[in-house]
Amino acid sequence: MRRCKPEPLRLQAKKFIPLLAFVVLAGLLFRGLSIDPTELPAARLGQPFPQFSQPELSTGSDISVDALADRPALVNVWATWCYSCRVEHPYLIALAQQGVPIYGLNYKDDSVKAREWLSQLGDPYQLNIVDVEGSVGLDLGVYGAPETYVLDADGVIVHRHVGVLNEEVFQRDFSPWFPLVAAGSATKADRGIE
Amino acid sequence: MSVAKRFVIAVSLCIAVWAASNAWAVIETYEFSSPDLERRYHALSQELRCPKCQNQNIADSNAPIARDLRVVLYEQLEAGATDDEILAFMVARYGEFVRYRPGMDRNTVLLWTAPGLLLVLGAFGFLMHFRRRTSESRAGLTDNEKAEIARLLKEPGA
Repeated sequence: MRRCKPEPLRLQAKKFIPLLAFVVLAGLLFRGLSIDPTELPAARLGQPFPQFSQPELSTGSDISVDALADRPALVNVWATWCYSCRVEHPYLIALAQQGVPIYGLNYKDDSVKAREWLSQLGDPYQLNIVDVEGSVGLDLGVYGAPETYVLDADGVIVHRHVGVLNEEVFQRDFSPWFPLVAAGSATKADRGIE
Repeated sequence: MSVAKRFVIAVSLCIAVWAASNAWAVIETYEFSSPDLERRYHALSQELRCPKCQNQNIADSNAPIARDLRVVLYEQLEAGATDDEILAFMVARYGEFVRYRPGMDRNTVLLWTAPGLLLVLGAFGFLMHFRRRTSESRAGLTDNEKAEIARLLKEPGA
Protein backbone atom coordinates (compact mmCIF):
# COMPACT_ATOMS: atom_id res chain seq x y z
CA MET A 1 0.00 0.00 0.00
CA ARG A 2 1.08 3.52 -0.77
CA ARG A 3 1.38 5.67 2.26
CA CYS A 4 0.27 9.25 2.25
CA LYS A 5 3.29 11.37 2.96
CA PRO A 6 3.92 15.06 2.30
CA GLU A 7 5.53 15.67 -1.07
CA PRO A 8 9.08 16.91 -1.03
CA LEU A 9 9.35 20.70 -1.15
CA ARG A 10 10.94 20.53 -4.58
CA LEU A 11 7.86 18.91 -6.10
CA GLN A 12 5.53 21.34 -4.34
CA ALA A 13 7.42 24.30 -5.77
CA LYS A 14 7.30 22.68 -9.20
CA LYS A 15 3.52 22.84 -9.24
CA PHE A 16 3.73 26.61 -9.30
CA ILE A 17 5.87 26.82 -12.41
CA PRO A 18 2.88 27.03 -14.81
CA LEU A 19 1.25 29.68 -12.62
CA LEU A 20 4.48 31.65 -12.51
CA ALA A 21 4.88 31.36 -16.28
CA PHE A 22 1.31 32.55 -16.73
CA VAL A 23 1.80 35.55 -14.46
CA VAL A 24 5.00 36.58 -16.24
CA LEU A 25 3.39 36.19 -19.67
CA ALA A 26 0.23 38.03 -18.59
CA GLY A 27 2.39 40.84 -17.21
CA LEU A 28 4.32 41.17 -20.46
CA LEU A 29 1.16 41.10 -22.57
CA PHE A 30 -0.54 43.65 -20.33
CA ARG A 31 2.43 45.97 -20.67
CA GLY A 32 2.29 45.43 -24.42
CA LEU A 33 -1.23 46.87 -24.49
CA SER A 34 0.02 50.31 -23.56
CA ILE A 35 2.99 50.34 -25.96
CA ASP A 36 2.42 51.95 -29.34
CA PRO A 37 4.49 49.93 -31.81
CA THR A 38 4.19 52.61 -34.47
CA GLU A 39 6.07 55.11 -32.32
CA LEU A 40 9.77 54.77 -33.00
CA PRO A 41 12.48 55.96 -30.65
CA ALA A 42 14.11 59.01 -32.18
CA ALA A 43 17.65 58.26 -33.32
CA ARG A 44 18.64 61.93 -33.27
CA LEU A 45 18.06 62.58 -29.58
CA GLY A 46 21.00 64.32 -27.96
CA GLN A 47 22.36 65.51 -31.30
CA PRO A 48 22.29 69.03 -32.73
CA PHE A 49 19.64 69.81 -35.33
CA PRO A 50 21.07 68.65 -38.70
CA GLN A 51 22.65 71.21 -41.02
CA PHE A 52 20.49 72.42 -43.88
CA SER A 53 20.23 75.16 -46.45
CA GLN A 54 16.65 75.56 -47.61
CA PRO A 55 14.33 78.39 -48.61
CA GLU A 56 12.03 80.01 -46.09
CA LEU A 57 8.33 79.62 -46.90
CA SER A 58 7.15 83.23 -46.95
CA THR A 59 10.33 85.17 -47.79
CA GLY A 60 11.93 82.64 -50.14
CA SER A 61 15.40 83.48 -48.84
CA ASP A 62 17.80 80.68 -47.96
CA ILE A 63 18.08 79.83 -44.30
CA SER A 64 20.38 77.51 -42.37
CA VAL A 65 20.33 75.89 -38.96
CA ASP A 66 21.65 79.19 -37.53
CA ALA A 67 18.18 80.68 -38.04
CA LEU A 68 16.86 78.60 -35.16
CA ALA A 69 16.73 80.41 -31.82
CA ASP A 70 19.19 80.14 -28.95
CA ARG A 71 16.45 79.29 -26.48
CA PRO A 72 14.26 76.19 -26.15
CA ALA A 73 12.02 75.93 -29.18
CA LEU A 74 9.77 73.52 -31.06
CA VAL A 75 10.24 72.30 -34.60
CA ASN A 76 6.92 71.18 -35.99
CA VAL A 77 6.84 68.95 -39.08
CA TRP A 78 3.66 69.72 -41.03
CA ALA A 79 2.09 69.66 -44.47
CA THR A 80 -1.21 70.63 -46.03
CA TRP A 81 -1.84 67.00 -47.03
CA CYS A 82 -1.68 65.95 -43.40
CA TYR A 83 -5.07 65.87 -41.74
CA SER A 84 -3.73 65.57 -38.19
CA CYS A 85 -1.74 68.76 -38.78
CA ARG A 86 -5.02 70.62 -39.21
CA VAL A 87 -6.20 69.12 -35.93
CA GLU A 88 -3.17 70.32 -33.97
CA HIS A 89 -2.91 73.70 -35.70
CA PRO A 90 -5.11 75.65 -33.23
CA TYR A 91 -3.06 74.33 -30.34
CA LEU A 92 0.17 75.46 -32.01
CA ILE A 93 -1.33 78.93 -32.34
CA ALA A 94 -2.22 78.88 -28.64
CA LEU A 95 1.34 77.84 -27.77
CA ALA A 96 2.81 80.59 -29.95
CA GLN A 97 0.61 83.14 -28.20
CA GLN A 98 2.00 81.93 -24.88
CA GLY A 99 5.50 82.67 -26.14
CA VAL A 100 6.76 79.28 -27.28
CA PRO A 101 9.01 79.74 -30.33
CA ILE A 102 7.82 77.31 -33.01
CA TYR A 103 9.64 76.64 -36.25
CA GLY A 104 7.86 74.86 -39.05
CA LEU A 105 9.30 72.21 -41.32
CA ASN A 106 6.95 72.25 -44.29
CA TYR A 107 7.49 68.64 -45.24
CA LYS A 108 7.04 67.43 -48.84
CA ASP A 109 4.39 70.01 -49.48
CA ASP A 110 3.28 72.45 -52.13
CA SER A 111 4.53 75.87 -51.02
CA VAL A 112 1.61 77.73 -52.58
CA LYS A 113 -0.91 75.62 -50.69
CA ALA A 114 1.18 75.95 -47.53
CA ARG A 115 1.13 79.76 -47.70
CA GLU A 116 -2.65 79.66 -48.28
CA TRP A 117 -3.04 77.40 -45.24
CA LEU A 118 -1.11 79.85 -43.04
CA SER A 119 -3.05 82.88 -44.23
CA GLN A 120 -6.38 81.11 -43.69
CA LEU A 121 -5.73 79.25 -40.43
CA GLY A 122 -3.21 81.58 -38.82
CA ASP A 123 0.56 81.37 -38.60
CA PRO A 124 2.08 80.11 -35.34
CA TYR A 125 5.57 79.78 -36.84
CA GLN A 126 8.60 82.03 -36.41
CA LEU A 127 9.68 80.77 -39.82
CA ASN A 128 9.14 77.77 -42.05
CA ILE A 129 11.80 75.58 -43.61
CA VAL A 130 10.62 74.54 -47.07
CA ASP A 131 11.47 70.85 -47.53
CA VAL A 132 9.82 69.81 -50.78
CA GLU A 133 12.13 66.83 -51.31
CA GLY A 134 11.96 65.72 -47.69
CA SER A 135 15.74 65.85 -47.34
CA VAL A 136 15.77 67.79 -44.06
CA GLY A 137 13.08 65.42 -42.83
CA LEU A 138 15.24 62.46 -43.81
CA ASP A 139 18.25 63.85 -41.95
CA LEU A 140 16.02 64.38 -38.94
CA GLY A 141 14.56 60.87 -39.08
CA VAL A 142 11.02 62.06 -39.87
CA TYR A 143 8.73 59.26 -41.01
CA GLY A 144 5.42 61.07 -41.20
CA ALA A 145 3.59 64.20 -40.20
CA PRO A 146 2.90 65.68 -37.78
CA GLU A 147 6.00 65.31 -35.67
CA THR A 148 7.22 67.84 -33.15
CA TYR A 149 10.80 68.13 -31.91
CA VAL A 150 12.00 70.01 -28.84
CA LEU A 151 15.32 71.84 -29.22
CA ASP A 152 17.11 73.06 -26.12
CA ALA A 153 18.93 76.41 -25.90
CA ASP A 154 21.99 74.87 -27.61
CA GLY A 155 19.93 73.66 -30.57
CA VAL A 156 20.21 70.04 -29.45
CA ILE A 157 17.23 67.74 -30.10
CA VAL A 158 16.01 66.71 -26.68
CA HIS A 159 12.59 65.24 -27.43
CA ARG A 160 10.41 64.06 -30.26
CA HIS A 161 6.65 63.67 -30.29
CA VAL A 162 5.02 61.69 -33.11
CA GLY A 163 1.40 62.57 -33.81
CA VAL A 164 -0.91 65.37 -32.76
CA LEU A 165 0.47 67.77 -30.16
CA ASN A 166 -2.07 68.85 -27.58
CA GLU A 167 -2.27 70.24 -24.05
CA GLU A 168 -2.01 66.81 -22.45
CA VAL A 169 1.11 65.83 -24.40
CA PHE A 170 2.69 69.22 -23.79
CA GLN A 171 2.13 69.04 -20.03
CA ARG A 172 3.41 65.47 -19.87
CA ASP A 173 6.45 65.57 -22.14
CA PHE A 174 7.32 69.16 -23.07
CA SER A 175 6.86 71.11 -19.84
CA PRO A 176 10.45 70.64 -18.50
CA TRP A 177 11.74 72.90 -21.28
CA PHE A 178 8.95 75.46 -21.04
CA PRO A 179 8.28 75.80 -17.31
CA LEU A 180 6.58 79.21 -17.56
CA VAL A 181 4.19 78.13 -20.29
CA ALA A 182 3.40 74.90 -18.48
CA ALA A 183 2.64 76.78 -15.23
CA GLY A 184 0.62 79.42 -17.09
CA SER A 185 -1.62 76.95 -18.90
CA ALA A 186 -2.04 74.92 -15.71
CA THR A 187 -3.54 77.90 -13.87
CA LYS A 188 -5.68 78.62 -16.89
CA ALA A 189 -6.91 75.04 -16.83
CA ASP A 190 -7.72 75.40 -13.12
CA ARG A 191 -9.75 78.48 -13.84
CA GLY A 192 -11.53 76.58 -16.57
CA ILE A 193 -12.73 73.98 -14.09
CA GLU A 194 -14.21 76.54 -11.71
CA MET B 1 -24.73 36.27 -74.31
CA SER B 2 -23.25 37.29 -77.60
CA VAL B 3 -19.68 36.49 -78.51
CA ALA B 4 -18.82 40.16 -78.70
CA LYS B 5 -20.18 40.82 -75.22
CA ARG B 6 -18.20 37.89 -73.79
CA PHE B 7 -15.08 39.17 -75.45
CA VAL B 8 -15.54 42.63 -73.95
CA ILE B 9 -16.02 41.15 -70.48
CA ALA B 10 -12.95 38.91 -70.83
CA VAL B 11 -10.78 41.81 -71.95
CA SER B 12 -11.95 44.09 -69.16
CA LEU B 13 -11.31 41.34 -66.59
CA CYS B 14 -7.79 40.94 -67.95
CA ILE B 15 -7.21 44.67 -67.66
CA ALA B 16 -8.55 44.70 -64.11
CA VAL B 17 -6.25 41.87 -63.03
CA TRP B 18 -3.29 43.48 -64.74
CA ALA B 19 -4.01 46.83 -63.07
CA ALA B 20 -4.39 45.17 -59.68
CA SER B 21 -1.12 43.28 -59.95
CA ASN B 22 0.61 46.51 -60.88
CA ALA B 23 -0.73 48.10 -57.75
CA TRP B 24 0.84 45.43 -55.52
CA ALA B 25 4.40 45.67 -56.71
CA VAL B 26 6.60 48.68 -56.35
CA ILE B 27 7.67 49.47 -59.86
CA GLU B 28 10.58 51.79 -60.28
CA THR B 29 13.36 51.80 -62.76
CA TYR B 30 16.88 52.52 -61.73
CA GLU B 31 19.79 52.40 -64.11
CA PHE B 32 22.69 50.77 -62.32
CA SER B 33 26.20 51.29 -63.57
CA SER B 34 27.10 47.69 -62.72
CA PRO B 35 25.25 44.43 -62.03
CA ASP B 36 27.02 44.23 -58.69
CA LEU B 37 25.43 47.52 -57.57
CA GLU B 38 22.05 46.19 -58.64
CA ARG B 39 22.58 43.03 -56.60
CA ARG B 40 23.56 45.09 -53.54
CA TYR B 41 20.58 47.39 -54.08
CA HIS B 42 18.22 44.43 -53.95
CA ALA B 43 19.94 42.91 -50.92
CA LEU B 44 19.90 46.18 -48.95
CA SER B 45 16.37 47.16 -49.91
CA GLN B 46 15.24 43.76 -48.63
CA GLU B 47 17.08 44.24 -45.37
CA LEU B 48 16.05 47.83 -44.64
CA ARG B 49 12.76 48.18 -42.87
CA CYS B 50 10.18 50.81 -43.72
CA PRO B 51 9.81 53.14 -40.69
CA LYS B 52 6.18 53.89 -41.49
CA CYS B 53 4.69 50.54 -42.47
CA GLN B 54 6.41 48.44 -39.95
CA ASN B 55 6.31 44.91 -41.23
CA GLN B 56 7.50 45.65 -44.73
CA ASN B 57 10.96 46.23 -46.04
CA ILE B 58 11.57 49.27 -48.18
CA ALA B 59 11.59 47.12 -51.33
CA ASP B 60 7.96 46.06 -50.80
CA SER B 61 6.50 49.23 -49.35
CA ASN B 62 4.64 51.89 -51.26
CA ALA B 63 4.92 54.42 -48.45
CA PRO B 64 6.49 57.74 -49.48
CA ILE B 65 9.20 57.37 -46.85
CA ALA B 66 10.15 53.95 -48.24
CA ARG B 67 10.43 55.46 -51.71
CA ASP B 68 12.67 58.22 -50.32
CA LEU B 69 14.89 55.64 -48.67
CA ARG B 70 15.14 53.66 -51.91
CA VAL B 71 16.24 56.80 -53.73
CA VAL B 72 18.85 57.50 -51.05
CA LEU B 73 20.00 53.88 -51.23
CA TYR B 74 20.36 54.08 -55.02
CA GLU B 75 22.21 57.40 -54.91
CA GLN B 76 24.59 56.24 -52.21
CA LEU B 77 25.34 52.99 -54.02
CA GLU B 78 26.10 54.87 -57.21
CA ALA B 79 28.25 57.30 -55.22
CA GLY B 80 30.38 54.35 -54.11
CA ALA B 81 29.28 53.97 -50.49
CA THR B 82 29.91 50.62 -48.83
CA ASP B 83 27.07 48.55 -47.36
CA ASP B 84 28.23 49.44 -43.85
CA GLU B 85 28.26 53.16 -44.64
CA ILE B 86 24.73 53.00 -46.03
CA LEU B 87 23.44 51.06 -43.03
CA ALA B 88 25.17 53.53 -40.68
CA PHE B 89 23.52 56.42 -42.54
CA MET B 90 20.08 54.85 -42.14
CA VAL B 91 20.60 53.87 -38.51
CA ALA B 92 21.80 57.40 -37.64
CA ARG B 93 18.43 58.71 -38.82
CA TYR B 94 15.95 55.97 -38.03
CA GLY B 95 17.67 53.94 -35.33
CA GLU B 96 18.41 50.21 -35.25
CA PHE B 97 14.72 49.74 -35.98
CA VAL B 98 15.39 50.35 -39.65
CA ARG B 99 17.44 47.15 -39.97
CA TYR B 100 15.90 43.73 -40.02
CA ARG B 101 19.18 42.49 -38.57
CA PRO B 102 19.87 45.11 -35.90
CA GLY B 103 23.26 45.40 -34.23
CA MET B 104 23.68 44.03 -30.74
CA ASP B 105 22.97 46.64 -28.09
CA ARG B 106 21.11 46.99 -24.83
CA ASN B 107 17.71 46.88 -26.53
CA THR B 108 18.39 44.04 -28.92
CA VAL B 109 20.44 41.70 -26.74
CA LEU B 110 17.35 39.72 -25.78
CA LEU B 111 16.24 39.56 -29.40
CA TRP B 112 19.55 38.02 -30.42
CA THR B 113 20.06 35.69 -27.48
CA ALA B 114 16.49 34.51 -26.81
CA PRO B 115 16.46 31.72 -29.45
CA GLY B 116 19.72 30.27 -28.08
CA LEU B 117 18.58 30.62 -24.48
CA LEU B 118 15.26 28.95 -25.21
CA LEU B 119 17.02 26.13 -27.03
CA VAL B 120 19.35 25.55 -24.07
CA LEU B 121 16.42 25.76 -21.64
CA GLY B 122 14.40 23.30 -23.70
CA ALA B 123 17.33 20.89 -24.01
CA PHE B 124 17.91 21.10 -20.26
CA GLY B 125 14.22 20.45 -19.50
CA PHE B 126 14.15 17.50 -21.89
CA LEU B 127 17.32 16.06 -20.37
CA MET B 128 15.96 16.35 -16.83
CA HIS B 129 12.71 14.73 -17.80
CA PHE B 130 14.46 11.91 -19.63
CA ARG B 131 16.92 11.24 -16.81
CA ARG B 132 14.21 11.11 -14.18
CA ARG B 133 12.23 8.58 -16.18
CA THR B 134 15.19 6.26 -16.65
CA SER B 135 16.27 6.56 -13.02
CA GLU B 136 12.72 5.76 -11.87
CA SER B 137 12.51 2.64 -13.98
CA ARG B 138 15.95 1.49 -12.84
CA ALA B 139 15.21 2.06 -9.19
CA GLY B 140 13.49 -1.34 -9.00
CA LEU B 141 11.20 -2.44 -6.22
CA THR B 142 11.41 -1.94 -2.49
CA ASP B 143 11.53 -4.93 -0.17
CA ASN B 144 7.90 -4.33 0.80
CA GLU B 145 6.81 -4.36 -2.81
CA LYS B 146 8.74 -7.57 -3.51
CA ALA B 147 7.05 -9.23 -0.55
CA GLU B 148 3.68 -8.03 -1.79
CA ILE B 149 4.28 -9.50 -5.22
CA ALA B 150 5.44 -12.80 -3.75
CA ARG B 151 2.29 -12.93 -1.64
CA LEU B 152 -0.01 -12.18 -4.57
CA LEU B 153 1.67 -14.79 -6.75
CA LYS B 154 1.31 -17.40 -4.05
CA GLU B 155 -2.42 -16.77 -3.69
CA PRO B 156 -4.29 -19.71 -5.07
CA GLY B 157 -6.88 -17.60 -6.90
CA ALA B 158 -4.31 -15.57 -8.78
